[in-house]
Amino acid sequence: MHTIVAKSQLSPNVTRLDVEARRISEIRHPGQFVIVRRGDGAERIPLTIADADPEKGTIALVIQAVGKSTRELVALEPGDFIKDISGPLGHPTEMITSGRAMCVGGGVGTAVVHPMAQGLQRLGVEVISVIGGRSKEWVIFEEELGKLGKVVVCTDDGSYGRKGFVTDAAREILDAGGVDVVYAVGPVPMMRAIANLTRPYGVHTIVSLNPVMVDGTGMCGGCRVDVGGATRFACVDGPEFDGHLVDFDLLADRLGTYREFEEKAVHACDAGNCRIGLEHGQKPTSHTP
Amino acid sequence: MSEPKIPLKDRMKIDRQMMPEQDATQRAGNFLEVNLGFTEQIALMEAQRCIQCKEPKCMQGCPVMVNIPRFLEFIVEGDLPSAARSLFGDNALPAITGRVCPQEVQCEVQCVRGVKGKPVAIGYLERFVADWARAHEGTVTLTPRPPTGKKIAIVGGGPAGLTAAGELLKLGHEITIYEALHKPGGVLVYGIPEFRLPKQIVEEEVERLIEAGVKIENNVVIGRTYTLPELMESFDAVFLANGAGLPVFMNIRGENYKGVYSANEYLTRVNLMEAYAEGADTPVLRSKRVAVVGGGNVAMDAVRTAKRLGAERAMIVYRRTLAEMPARIEEVHHALAEGVDFETLIAPLEVIGDEKKWVSGLRCERMELGEPDASGRRSPKPIPNSEFILDCDAVVVAIGTRANPLLTATCPDLKLNKWGNIETDENGMTSIPGIFAGGDIVRGAATVILAMGDGKRSAKAIDDWLMKTTGR
Ligand SMILES: Cc1cc2nc3c(=O)[nH]c(=O)nc-3n(C[C@H](O)[C@H](O)[C@H](O)COP(=O)(O)OP(=O)(O)OC[C@H]3O[C@@H](n4cnc5c(N)ncnc54)[C@H](O)[C@@H]3O)c2cc1C
Ligand SMILES: Cc1cc2nc3c(=O)[nH]c(=O)nc-3n(C[C@H](O)[C@H](O)[C@H](O)COP(=O)(O)OP(=O)(O)OC[C@H]3O[C@@H](n4cnc5c(N)ncnc54)[C@H](O)[C@@H]3O)c2cc1C
Ligand code: SF4
Ligand code: SF4
Ligand code: FES
Repeated sequence: MHTIVAKSQLSPNVTRLDVEARRISEIRHPGQFVIVRRGDGAERIPLTIADADPEKGTIALVIQAVGKSTRELVALEPGDFIKDISGPLGHPTEMITSGRAMCVGGGVGTAVVHPMAQGLQRLGVEVISVIGGRSKEWVIFEEELGKLGKVVVCTDDGSYGRKGFVTDAAREILDAGGVDVVYAVGPVPMMRAIANLTRPYGVHTIVSLNPVMVDGTGMCGGCRVDVGGATRFACVDGPEFDGHLVDFDLLADRLGTYREFEEKAVHACDAGNCRIGLEHGQKPTSHTP
Repeated sequence: MSEPKIPLKDRMKIDRQMMPEQDATQRAGNFLEVNLGFTEQIALMEAQRCIQCKEPKCMQGCPVMVNIPRFLEFIVEGDLPSAARSLFGDNALPAITGRVCPQEVQCEVQCVRGVKGKPVAIGYLERFVADWARAHEGTVTLTPRPPTGKKIAIVGGGPAGLTAAGELLKLGHEITIYEALHKPGGVLVYGIPEFRLPKQIVEEEVERLIEAGVKIENNVVIGRTYTLPELMESFDAVFLANGAGLPVFMNIRGENYKGVYSANEYLTRVNLMEAYAEGADTPVLRSKRVAVVGGGNVAMDAVRTAKRLGAERAMIVYRRTLAEMPARIEEVHHALAEGVDFETLIAPLEVIGDEKKWVSGLRCERMELGEPDASGRRSPKPIPNSEFILDCDAVVVAIGTRANPLLTATCPDLKLNKWGNIETDENGMTSIPGIFAGGDIVRGAATVILAMGDGKRSAKAIDDWLMKTTGR
């Protein structure tokens, strides 16, 4: 049992939960994730460890409510419990130890980029973050990333920061030169766009993949992705891979396996059980195509 | 035991009793257990068929040497409490092995009654006694010896780990099981379906261990949450029983299309995550024409699951014939009765997908059987120009599993064989003193009873080793 000790709303559909998980808080590294099962009968879903406080023994989960399981998680309140949390899973982020890194975060992916930026900054790497959202209220982790280095904010509608996609800002920074590595996390189309952008510059680009997972231990093979023509299990071989080698089409495609099922589950949610204050019938915003 | 009360020649006249089972058409639409179990009357008849051999061959076939004639004779005498105590003394999980052991190649194949007829139904009787004991609480109890103060960590809550835990607890040690998933049981809960092994049986066994004092920590992945060297610091000995849970794929084109599952994923979604239930949170595709590649127990479980999830055609795709299938014979018969199609002597070449990258077929070629190879099995050879497309909308790959490297990769001192399985000496000790291993992580995908046998043997070896190295 893991008690929720704090909760905050970061954007209209992104919620941060600080949850007791002492062991994980002490040993986790940037890039690692946990598998969470809210309670009996619930799905096992992967969530990145966005931050941790080893003194309090808590980890931060930053959750975008996209479907039934994530909606139910963000409906929990401080004092409530999450039954199962296993981890930390996956490999820690591959870090450079000097030089300059560009960290690109889109939507909830910004929460995944944050611990990477934290780790890099601690190692003495200069971090420049490029983060994006639909409009001002969708931008998250600006303040936290601001403590680690320069931040460029982009919004689709220009309501905050610069107008346009993160790729535009990233291109300018690449053109200015001096970027040793790029870390990019966000919706699949964004990661694909960033990987395509950096390829001609020959800058190593690391992306964090988010396929559907079940066990998170390499037992089911459901999380398989294609990297450089070879099948890899994202939960144990990743979740981070060389963005220039990832088959993003396959990833986007496999993420759609249960779309019909999910729509039904969300409908059931809308029919009356929804406890997170989404208006009935409102479509949750997905961060995948 | 004294001379049997019922004369031999009367015993020889009794025919093997049939297992009552759910009607085939009915059961193909539900997940309830297929076999219903012997009544007391049937069990008595069947137990009388045992002629109480002086040198019971059957015991030789059982990997844990269950004293079969002894518990059978207690049944004949109507003394079920003694039958239960006798059986549980040899085998910690008889309600499970009675249901899933491949008896036809273990105990029953050796039974002398099988020479001129049918062997005694040892498995069914084992199940009968175990179920009787489950219904009569307190018949069999686990009483630990006085505490030794020694702490032992067990990695993995499958049959090997659970058996070792029970045995070591009896010897007075303090036991903690670390299980990666949210529920212990290993393949018994995530792989073998409800219709063959009701989950409640496994839960009861786990409950019994917990009540007796075994600590079980779920959601702990050794190699990630704790490393093996960390366990060695806090425990006096470690038993590794993390199984062989790495799915093998065919490495053919199209294997990542939507609708291609490993058997592990398919079965885990349905069993552990209960996706068969209406309204379950975890989804599973309910496909119409499911091709299951393989011929072992895992393939049978997957194909019968597909049928129960509503497939119009649930097919086994196997490169040899029915005769060579490694699955338990009973499962093959049950599958046939439930309307599973057996597409034998064919081998997949490529998964075909539609424009949306959903599985739409399996390109296969026909095979013929050649000369027997070194293992005595006739090896399949492709027939030239025999390619065709098998119409299907889902593919489940059930061609085997290997050792999962998650744990072993974090401990380079642990000696592995070329397949990644942990090497042990005859006592089950690995290349690191104090670390023992057993079950599928040592043997590769094997059987429940072999895993349990390893758990039992290793428990004894761990106890001996602790005594030798640290005294008591
Ligand atoms: C390693 C890893 C780390 C992750 N970290 C985070 C995180 O920190 N915060 C966060 O909010 N989410 C994270 N995700 C994604 C998260 O696990 C999914 O959003 C979640 O499983 C969806 O469950 P659901 O029942 O709420 O939605 P569903 O009903 O299952 O899905 C709703 C919609 O989301 C899409 N979807 C389903 N699964 C995923 C997925 N794995 N990734 C992206 N989209 C998906 C579906 O196609 C559908 O359109 C991570 C995924 C992985 C693999
Ligand atoms: C579908 C299917 C059907 C089968 N049918 C039969 C049958 O009818 N008869 C028969 O005799 N055998 C059958 N088998 C084989 C049998 O189930 C196995 O041989 C047996 O379960 C092996 O036991 P084990 O304890 O070694 O491992 P497992 O049962 O695999 O248990 C290992 C446990 O360790 C856990 N684990 C793994 N890694 C870690 C880690 N790093 N940290 C913590 N925990 C970890 C796993 O989650 C799991 O719970 C079947 C197998 C399958 C897959
Ligand atoms: S444990 Fe298995 S092999 Fe041994 S007697 Fe029982 S059913 Fe037969
Ligand atoms: S071999 Fe058969 S008949 Fe003989 S003791 Fe064993 S079960 Fe009985
Ligand atoms: S989630 Fe099952 S193998 Fe990765």
